[in-house]
Amino acid sequence: MSVDKRIVLDPLVDTNPITLQMLGICSALAVTTSLAASLLMCLALTGVLVASSASISLIRKQIPTNIRIIVQMTIIASLVIVVDQLLRAYAFDLSKRLSVFVGLIITNCIVMGRAEAYAMKNPVIPSMLDGLGNGLGYSLVLIVVAVIREFFGTGGLLGYQLLPKVTEGGWYYPNGLMMLAPSAFFIIGLMIWAFRTWKPAQVEKPEYRISHVHRTELS
Amino acid sequence: MRALRRLLDNLHPLFAKGGRLESLYAVYEMVDTLFFSPADRTRLAPHVRDGVDLKRVMTAVVFAAMPAAVFGIWNVGFQANTAIQALSLAGPEDWRGLVLTVLNVSYNPGSMWDNMWYGMVYFLPIYAVTLAAGGFWEVVFAAVRNHEVNEGFLVTSLLFALILPPAIPLWQVALGISFGVVLGKEVFGGTGKNFLNPALTGRAFLFFAYPAQISGDAVWTAVDGFSGATPLAVGASGGMAAIASSDVSWMDAFVGVVQGDLGSTSAMLCILGGLILIFFRIASWRIILGVFLGMVATSLLFNFFGTNYTPMAGMPWYWHLVVGGFAFGMMFMATDPVSASMSNTGRWIYGALIGALTIIIRVANPAFPEGIMLAILFANLVAPLIDYGVVKANISRRRRREGLA
Repeated sequence: MSVDKRIVLDPLVDTNPITLQMLGICSALAVTTSLAASLLMCLALTGVLVASSASISLIRKQIPTNIRIIVQMTIIASLVIVVDQLLRAYAFDLSKRLSVFVGLIITNCIVMGRAEAYAMKNPVIPSMLDGLGNGLGYSLVLIVVAVIREFFGTGGLLGYQLLPKVTEGGWYYPNGLMMLAPSAFFIIGLMIWAFRTWKPAQVEKPEYRISHVHRTELS
Repeated sequence: MRALRRLLDNLHPLFAKGGRLESLYAVYEMVDTLFFSPADRTRLAPHVRDGVDLKRVMTAVVFAAMPAAVFGIWNVGFQANTAIQALSLAGPEDWRGLVLTVLNVSYNPGSMWDNMWYGMVYFLPIYAVTLAAGGFWEVVFAAVRNHEVNEGFLVTSLLFALILPPAIPLWQVALGISFGVVLGKEVFGGTGKNFLNPALTGRAFLFFAYPAQISGDAVWTAVDGFSGATPLAVGASGGMAAIASSDVSWMDAFVGVVQGDLGSTSAMLCILGGLILIFFRIASWRIILGVFLGMVATSLLFNFFGTNYTPMAGMPWYWHLVVGGFAFGMMFMATDPVSASMSNTGRWIYGALIGALTIIIRVANPAFPEGIMLAILFANLVAPLIDYGVVKANISRRRRREGLA
């Protein structure tokens, strides 16, 4: 059985769940103040996504169409509870930092979105790969945002101080804005800008154009 | 002038299409139209009104901000020299002190000369950095997008420099104006398409990113080892009683001989500048009056009902007018024609929203003593919505009048 590599690779940039589909923004704003928490969140979400895509795809022919959302939610919620318990067992401190956001994976639009859009229509292996790809696409954005926020906001990464802070006799002024949610909006916005400059196919058609009537140099 | 024209004409092929410096055409065009009026003016009937273009409008705003700016420069020196004399502190020890020594300037608060020079060595670097960093982004975007450098930046840069504390580190100035110009204006398409005031966006960035250097008590006087609260901060912590027991009178605050941002301490000169703007019909008097009335109404409400709510609640409106950046924001920031509401009814609502929000933030929010910056930015966001509502209301009123609805 040959599986198309693009199922995994496309969601990294071309159809990235955050920068193109604009899904899962909530947790991207909330947990990215520290890289460690973001990594854990990426792991949790990717795990849930792969498992939910696999199990939904497995029973896709048995799920009655009119109650499919409820069935999907039940599966996703059970998986999230398992992940949450695992995190509490093995990474208690970090899971406290993530607080409700692990639980909120249930409502993360990416998980539901992939279940509806892909796993309901495709066999198990491609569905798992699709879940993996989208999880990695989400992780890519989260990790970039978290690196920028933690590095400029605290002058360090993963708890190691890389730039000496002014308050501790160094020269680096931590940027307080990076610790606030709006900075994630700015960074994600700039990433979308960069992605669309790189891949112009992602640019939406403008709704209207302002006609140009004035030009200083007539050519 | 003729020599300059010849020089520019000789340089023209270099920048024109196909020239070696074609990508820098924006810079050439900027210099050219600064000295000469452009060749292709509007000629056809319905557009011709007068000789005013964007560049002249912006020059008028700069002109109107001049009194407040010059006073602000003097005030920086006056506040610093007063502190130096009272506490027998040393002058600045960095290159600024060196410049002052070379110029043979002493630290006498009674001398206009000393105060102006002291203010200059703080204001000029801030302004130069603003122009350089912001101008860099302007030229980059103009060159990439193949349009002219917009004169709006002259105003943005001056206003931005005037709303900073004098002792702010220069790299923060560069960062702030870069954020304001790029994310506040250029990503939305440049001058005329920005829905936020770029100068305030830059200041808001610094305010949240580096609160220690732009708020608190230590930043308003450009002397090391001296910290003095602004009248607004005094009021926020102790109410009117604290202001009364400090030696700042209402007249001091009105004239502007108090701690504060570089150029926005003088309510008197801000109001004078605002009158100039109204005279040139650049600022909308509806917005200004709206801000003023919104502020008066909200502070009266707090005066009546919530005197014990927070220390600031008892502050009467005529004090709100003169402390902090209220007068400057009302006259120069709220009236920015691009980011404000466009309809006349909308301007009243927009103005009143700013006035009311400013007082609510000042009185009810203990974290932010000053509210005008956040109030204007918030009103910028809803300005298009206000206009939309006004237009819709107008349509439905006319439909009713015609019996269509």
